[in-house]
Amino acid sequence: MAEVEKKEEREVPYYETVLGASPEKLATVDYKPPAKPWMDVPPKFKKLDYLNPAKVKWMKVIDLPFPREWSPPDEDWKLPENWKEIFLNGMEDRLKRFRSFQLFMDICVRCGACADKCQFFIGGGDPKNMPVLRAELLRSIYRRYFTTSGKILGKIAGARELTVDVIKELFKYSFQCTECRRCSVFCPYGIDMAEITMIARELLLLLGMHVNWAIEPVGKSFLTGNHMGLLPHTIKDFMDEYRDELEKITGFKVDVPMNRKGAEILYIVPSGDFFDERGVILTIATLLYFYHIGLDYTWSTYTSEGGNFGLFTSHEMIKRLNAKMYAEAKRLKVKWILGGECGHMWRVINQYMGTVNGPADFLEEPVSPITGTKFENAKDTKMVHIAEFTADLIRHGKLKLDPSRNDHVIATYHDSCNPSRAMGLFEEPRYIIKNVCNNFYEMPESCIREKTFCCGGGAGLGTDEQLETLLRGNFPRSNATKHVHEKFGVNRLLCMCAIDRAVLSMGLSYWCPQVTVGGVHELLANALVIPGESPRTVDLRRQPLKRPITPGKIAGKEA
Amino acid sequence: MSFGLSFWVSLIAVLALILVAWVGVEGAKLNFLFGAIIPYVAIAIFVVGMIYRILKWASIPLPFRIPTTTGQQKSLPWIKQNKIENPSTALGAAIRMVFEVLLFRSLFRNMRTELRPGPRLSFASAKWLWLAALAFHYSFLIILIRHLRLFIEPVPSPVKFLEMIDSFFQVWVPLVYITDLMLIGAVTYLLLRRVFIPQMRYISLPSDYFPLFLILGIGITGGLMRYFYKVNVVGIKELTMGLINFSPKIPEGIGVLFYIHLFLVSTLFAYFPFSKLMHMAGVFLSPTRNIANNNRAKRHINPWNYPVKVHTYEEYEDDYREFMKDAGLPLEKED
Repeated sequence: MAEVEKKEEREVPYYETVLGASPEKLATVDYKPPAKPWMDVPPKFKKLDYLNPAKVKWMKVIDLPFPREWSPPDEDWKLPENWKEIFLNGMEDRLKRFRSFQLFMDICVRCGACADKCQFFIGGGDPKNMPVLRAELLRSIYRRYFTTSGKILGKIAGARELTVDVIKELFKYSFQCTECRRCSVFCPYGIDMAEITMIARELLLLLGMHVNWAIEPVGKSFLTGNHMGLLPHTIKDFMDEYRDELEKITGFKVDVPMNRKGAEILYIVPSGDFFDERGVILTIATLLYFYHIGLDYTWSTYTSEGGNFGLFTSHEMIKRLNAKMYAEAKRLKVKWILGGECGHMWRVINQYMGTVNGPADFLEEPVSPITGTKFENAKDTKMVHIAEFTADLIRHGKLKLDPSRNDHVIATYHDSCNPSRAMGLFEEPRYIIKNVCNNFYEMPESCIREKTFCCGGGAGLGTDEQLETLLRGNFPRSNATKHVHEKFGVNRLLCMCAIDRAVLSMGLSYWCPQVTVGGVHELLANALVIPGESPRTVDLRRQPLKRPITPGKIAGKEA
Repeated sequence: MSFGLSFWVSLIAVLALILVAWVGVEGAKLNFLFGAIIPYVAIAIFVVGMIYRILKWASIPLPFRIPTTTGQQKSLPWIKQNKIENPSTALGAAIRMVFEVLLFRSLFRNMRTELRPGPRLSFASAKWLWLAALAFHYSFLIILIRHLRLFIEPVPSPVKFLEMIDSFFQVWVPLVYITDLMLIGAVTYLLLRRVFIPQMRYISLPSDYFPLFLILGIGITGGLMRYFYKVNVVGIKELTMGLINFSPKIPEGIGVLFYIHLFLVSTLFAYFPFSKLMHMAGVFLSPTRNIANNNRAKRHINPWNYPVKVHTYEEYEDDYREFMKDAGLPLEKED
């Protein structure tokens, strides 16, 4: 994260210096596959372009097997003695437990519709990043050990031996997939690469192999409640600081309820909202917003993380980390849970939480305390997305909004992978944006909504350890942003995901530095007309406004 | 597996099948084997294999509800839900499946992503694959239905009607069936794109080429029989009626071409349950398409959900009590 902040003050894009390649050069992609058949091309680990293995310390915290020191470029990965048996047994077990896995191993026809849909293939050209071939890496093993034809015919049946090189290859490409599910939108059988990557990672984990960028957050989240390992008092200090900053900008002195029992609503956000610069602004915005509507709510240090890197680790780990949400809601005796702007957090809440840790029968069916709207779509899981909550308030005219207070912003909106393709949250954020901002332009239809591109850093890939891959994976999203920047003068890429806020900022600083990144509720809070407000000339990120705010006036006219 | 090997192995395999049938019938006079035993065995393998595979899939639990949502979710009443692309009910999911199975909805989304100088990504419409796939599957289906005339006496009127529509253009004698041309054309397209698109060539396996060659072989032998080398249709019907009535008869003078055709068809049936062709049944079970996205409203049960080790709030407070106390955060236990 320190890296992100450093580069933003530089004239020459920081990553260009690090990489030694201009955007024009990096975007010259050779899509021609190698002459050698793919089974004969061993994986290579380029210097400074792989993710570092999970550290022993964090592996131990969460009881993972075979913790050890190793590095991808090493010849010897120090695999456990019976690695092959462990791997194949693990595969057999999962074929019996996941219909998705068995089916996705069986029914692919290799039509290739998914091939040019993956941002890592588009930006990098490595054929093993075509989802079809990335899946074949594991499918070829499945055929060799679990199908009769593969056992007898071998290569002719598309089967191959499980070797150390295959393990290395699986490691490499399982961490060049962000589990974004874009390919599954185009697959005629709905084969979901995310599902295959998740299983492949579980299998690697059985051999004690994963990346530190995922395992350290998992370990920290397990112990401290958040990926960054922020301790309770640190969060409290940070929140006090943000409260003071809000007061300095707006003059409003607000309460910051922390771990408060008996509140109506428990509010859970990705921990990026406590430290990442764009996330922090979102927190400041939220403090103002909840103060304004008089919400009876609380933050929690024990669930100071909405995100769940367990999703990128194993199905078991999803449950282990997610368990805190209901446990804390029960302890604090809240009625229901509200969730902030986060991406994969919502995949977990929408597709896993009720199943793994429900039923949440100690909570009440969510009802907006301001409008009385029942959130029927969340009546079992009892967790509402803040965009749903806010859209309802705006619809009922409960917020006085002056969109001209965002006239210095020309916005576009990036649909985050998980809320898009694992939930379908498309209209709620757009409704909010259109009500709080006068200048909103969509990116081309082929790369928004269900067809949205990944930022390139989901699923534990959001680090510059693997800088080249990250920037290549980020290219399609940044390129579409650049398109609307050039066409409409867009200067703000809105999104509802903490990883997006960090990774899109990294990517744009390289591909299109004129555009900044921010959350949707930041613009909402900017546009709020609040009784008793003071005059001001800056927005919540202290950027100068087009027209200074005069209390009681909307768009310069009497309210 | 290199391209050359994949391609030639598959082609040679199909040619070998043709040769086997030819030698078997012309040389060894094994007409009963090729005309009755093999078709019976093939159908048996097909039926048993299909049922086995489907039951096996269906017996595996569906631990999580993981639909890929391709439209607006059901949330607030005034936001228009896309009930098909993001169904919240079983009915919606069923309609989604109808679109998927009958119209290849997802493949219809296909587009070509191109990187142009600038750098600039562009997205172009690419519906050819969808069109060819649709043409291929539907012509295959219609041809199969047309073949019912060989198994039912008298020929049912819907089959006759279909034949009439299918020969709408009224060219050639006997009349050319549009679906025959479509099948050959579509299979050829599907084959050529595997050969000429570098990425397709790179990912294609013998199990991709083999069914294409096999179906091409079936189409060509069928076409030859109908349009060029007239075979003994009366004799063939006698044979097929015998098969369907479980009293196989092998009339004389049917012609080897028929036996080759029948052998290739038998191979296709027998090969089916062991191959990627099982996508025909598998698509119905695809968990990203066939279930509703209603997890937050209705709890999905995972039969193997098991308890896991968690870090409880009590442990957390024990770990950080002093810090929390100093920061003025509320505590469960004061010391």
